[in-house]
Amino acid sequence: MEDLVLSRLQFAFTITYHYIFPQLSMGLALLVFILKTVSIRRGDERYNKAARFWGKIFAVTFIMGVVTGIPMEFQFGTNWSEFSAYAGDIIAQTLAMEGAFAFFLESAFVGVFLFGERRFGQKVHWFSSLMVFLGTWASGYFIVTTNAWMQNPVGFERVADGVELNNYWAVLTNPWVFPQYMHTMGGAVVTGAFTMAGLGAFYLLSQRHVEYGKIFVKVGVIVGVIASVWMLFPSGDLESRQVSEKQPEKFAAMEGLFETEEPAGIAILGQPDVENMRLDNPIVIPKALSFLTYQSWTAEVQGLEELPQKDWPDNIPLLYYSYHVMVGLGTIFIGIMALSALLLWRRRLFESRWMLWLLMLAIPFPYIANTAGWFTTELGRQPWLIYGLLRTEDGVSPLLSSGTVLFTLIGFAGIYMIMGLLYIVLMVREVANGPDDEDEEDPPGSPEPEPEPAMSGREA
Amino acid sequence: MLPTLWFVLVALMLTVYVLLDGFDLGAGALHLFAGRDDQERQLIFKTVGPVWDGNEVWLIATGGVLFFTFPVLYASGFSGFYLPLIIVLWLLMIRGLSLELRRHIDNPLWTQFWDVMFAVGSILLAVFYGAALGNVVRGVPLNSEGNFFQPLWTNLSPFATPPGILDWYTVLTGLLALATLTIHGAAWVALKTEGALNGRCRSIIRRGWFALVALAALATVATFYVSPRMLDSYLDRPYGFVLPLVALAGLGALLYFSFRGNDRGSFLASGAYIVGMMTSTVFGVYPNVLPAVDPANSLTVQGAASSQYSQTVGLVWWSIGMVLAATYFIIIYWMFRGKVSLEEEGY
Repeated sequence: MEDLVLSRLQFAFTITYHYIFPQLSMGLALLVFILKTVSIRRGDERYNKAARFWGKIFAVTFIMGVVTGIPMEFQFGTNWSEFSAYAGDIIAQTLAMEGAFAFFLESAFVGVFLFGERRFGQKVHWFSSLMVFLGTWASGYFIVTTNAWMQNPVGFERVADGVELNNYWAVLTNPWVFPQYMHTMGGAVVTGAFTMAGLGAFYLLSQRHVEYGKIFVKVGVIVGVIASVWMLFPSGDLESRQVSEKQPEKFAAMEGLFETEEPAGIAILGQPDVENMRLDNPIVIPKALSFLTYQSWTAEVQGLEELPQKDWPDNIPLLYYSYHVMVGLGTIFIGIMALSALLLWRRRLFESRWMLWLLMLAIPFPYIANTAGWFTTELGRQPWLIYGLLRTEDGVSPLLSSGTVLFTLIGFAGIYMIMGLLYIVLMVREVANGPDDEDEEDPPGSPEPEPEPAMSGREA
Repeated sequence: MLPTLWFVLVALMLTVYVLLDGFDLGAGALHLFAGRDDQERQLIFKTVGPVWDGNEVWLIATGGVLFFTFPVLYASGFSGFYLPLIIVLWLLMIRGLSLELRRHIDNPLWTQFWDVMFAVGSILLAVFYGAALGNVVRGVPLNSEGNFFQPLWTNLSPFATPPGILDWYTVLTGLLALATLTIHGAAWVALKTEGALNGRCRSIIRRGWFALVALAALATVATFYVSPRMLDSYLDRPYGFVLPLVALAGLGALLYFSFRGNDRGSFLASGAYIVGMMTSTVFGVYPNVLPAVDPANSLTVQGAASSQYSQTVGLVWWSIGMVLAATYFIIIYWMFRGKVSLEEEGY
């Protein structure tokens, strides 16, 4: 039993940590491509430098994503071998496709993008930024498709010792994929846009690299306002309707709806009390849930009480809070970005210090919102590993001892802590260097670096 | 038929992985010795900078393909080799970080730290890969459910039962792998550099060659001792003897080209040797994918395979994916062809 808990914890920890990086790199892949495109179309070298600057941040983030991503594939086999043997026929198909169609593409062109600008010229550089963007987004598609199958298994038949694929297209075009992919990638763009705008705001406020600060704020806000609204409508709306239709337990738990109501209100705040089956201190907008879910002000919405308790998610409060944090932050994002866009349009944004402060301080929050969103998806699927087919407790490796898992969990925690520190050091350094002093700076690896005190030891 | 085809294809992908990531692992294993100062080490980093990530993707992709074509093998193997695999994972992470982070800060402490991490990560990975292959060849204590657990190491005695994942035989195959990849890496760095560095790599190949031959001979004898059924595979299907001959020819050509100072020839020869060794091993293991100590429990190609439909549709998209991947790789290696120098640099 303990090995199950530890394996779950290890997977949750490694994937939560991993997800910090791809959400930024997938968002930045789009933004870098936009910057590079603008620089070529307008012949504006500032945009090119901006693209190069964010390319560097992308590169470090991408590598962190790659190295923290490999453990995910491994853990299917190491910790969840029963699940792997049960559903490998299907689940690994999409994982392998990610390797064949996304990883090869992105790994090849990331190299060209980072090392090839001077050597191969602007067109190749632009093209490689497009390929990197397509590669990272294809990667997202295959991962979401894999997850979608676990949320809503399709295209299979049951056999003695597991499930077998019988309709490949059904898996690739699982109706669950479409809203989830739109929502996940939108979330990545929100993260990228907030990071870009927030850093631009920092440059403007501290009056360094001001010209670039303006570009970052402008591009970040324009992309950010579109992406933030997109998260609410259509993608978020579609996704929650889909959950209500196919996973009623998850839906009721995430809304904190214990009793079936007709019509049902939507709880903005409140603390779920599972023992007493009620929401403490609720603030409810009457009838709203019925309308949002069924487009009728009087529709009935099923509460947890009506659903078998053995299928309830095993951590209802965490699920409820994750969902509410995500939605709450998402709403705030729309407010921040809409206001910034308005000020930008009126040409007052760059002078509006309080707005710039707000943009800068907002940088961490998309990461929290995306993480909370992922928690909602995954906690809500519990107690199922594959919804309706395989319970989580039946998927774990049979001969694994809890001590072994604890050891590797601690190991991951240690390595990830060091990696996090390194990442922060490098980011702070890139931000301090800024985008425009590249020509003064020695390209790393130039044969004769300018003599600097710090280098003297090396020359000796 | 289909499972056998997939077995060949997975082995092919794995061989491509060893060929490609092998040279950047080897470059990592030798760069502290071959590169005398910071600039030479930078050059070695530059020879692998644009390509190492793509090379490593072959491992991830092979893992994915192995997972869907032989899910039962993936489940047994990965859960049975739990600790060594997670350790491999950590080594891959450390190595990836060192390759990527070294160039970001130009400070001697920083670069020296990552130089050492790169070397340690590469050396240990090479040894672990060899030991992993050694374990597969020797067989593991699978139970009737297809699961096993083995201690990471025991007292390294040839008579220990069950033997540890690291024991005398697998450590030997690990050292062979280290020697193989170091020479492969030296051939790569020699190909991509000029001057003193090039000369030192050539001498690593020439001197290492004798150690390599000795280890390979020793490991071959030991293999037939721990796993007599390997020999049966060859006697049953004698056409398989062509594979070890490829390895031998590669070894011979390697010595010839390295004395002639033909870097391209040396690199291709060490590649041929690797292809020969990998395919010989895999051929000997077939029709098992993971032999068990008790032969009745061995996982066979047939028994570990996924459904026929899954393997069939997989073949379609896999073929498309591999044509695309091969195209990218040819383009990328062609774009970054030629010797590296310190003048031009990315960021």
